[in-house]
Amino acid sequence: MSENSLAIRKFSDLANPTRFLALADRVLFWFAAATVLFFAVGLWLSFTTEGDYQQGETVRIMYVHVPAAWLSMMCYTVMAISALGTLVWRHPLADVSAKAAAPIGACFTFLALVTGSLWGKPMWGAWWVWDARLTSVFVLFLMYLGLIALNRAMDDPARSARVSAVLVLVGFVNIPIIKFSVEWWNTLHQPASVLRLDGPTIDPEFLWPLLVMAVAFTLLFFTLHIAAMRNEIWRRRVTSLRRQAVRNAGREAQGL
Amino acid sequence: MMSHAAYVLASYAVAAATVAGLVFWVIGDGRARRRELKELEAAGIRRRSADASGGAGR
Repeated sequence: MSENSLAIRKFSDLANPTRFLALADRVLFWFAAATVLFFAVGLWLSFTTEGDYQQGETVRIMYVHVPAAWLSMMCYTVMAISALGTLVWRHPLADVSAKAAAPIGACFTFLALVTGSLWGKPMWGAWWVWDARLTSVFVLFLMYLGLIALNRAMDDPARSARVSAVLVLVGFVNIPIIKFSVEWWNTLHQPASVLRLDGPTIDPEFLWPLLVMAVAFTLLFFTLHIAAMRNEIWRRRVTSLRRQAVRNAGREAQGL
Repeated sequence: MMSHAAYVLASYAVAAATVAGLVFWVIGDGRARRRELKELEAAGIRRRSADASGGAGR
């Protein structure tokens, strides 16, 4: 029994926002430093490696487009896991995590769409086509915006947490659709060439800069997410302290 | 018709601007919240549960 309660206590310690703030203070600098380092190496590789024999210089767009697209999906997955945390375990940090991730995910999705468009024009001859991959990513972008709007529309985080968690989970159906859209439907967008069951079909010349940039973007995401979670905890503390101040003032006025 | 280099440059410029915007927004938001907390503390308003029992702002 004591072992069991110890395990529960450890889990609830992790759920404690005060502990999270202390942890964030400790790790943020190192995450930021690693992000800068990987971006420095990634950008250097992006511009020093060879161009493609068919695509020429435009292959370099891949090194920002593909990591941004991966991150747009990973961020939504983080939000879906957080939503489960809110609904199933009522983890106090789960809702904070989902809310903090939404604007970051929206930015990465925006980046994937814009760089994709800038790559599509010279290679396909069109800024945009309504094929399954592009449309499903555009839907993901709209979902991020909708979730941000919903979070801002409701004042009480305790009440909005469950509503937005349900919406995040319903929207998660879009993630496998995005991933497999290039296989299920006939799309102008090419199918996967890195995350394939039979291994990457991309030349190492392009794979290395791509992987380093993907790590850099992932580190950037976690750095920003931890910082944004810390901001959200502070925001909630400010709100509750202000409420407390108003209550105290009311009590004093009654006492007089 | 833009050259290929122009498309590459535009992509990296948009990426840099978006990432910079996001980073500055997160830093600015954090500074503003920290300032508010300090002001409240200076006004003598403290959390009742500054110990381990507090929920996220509850």
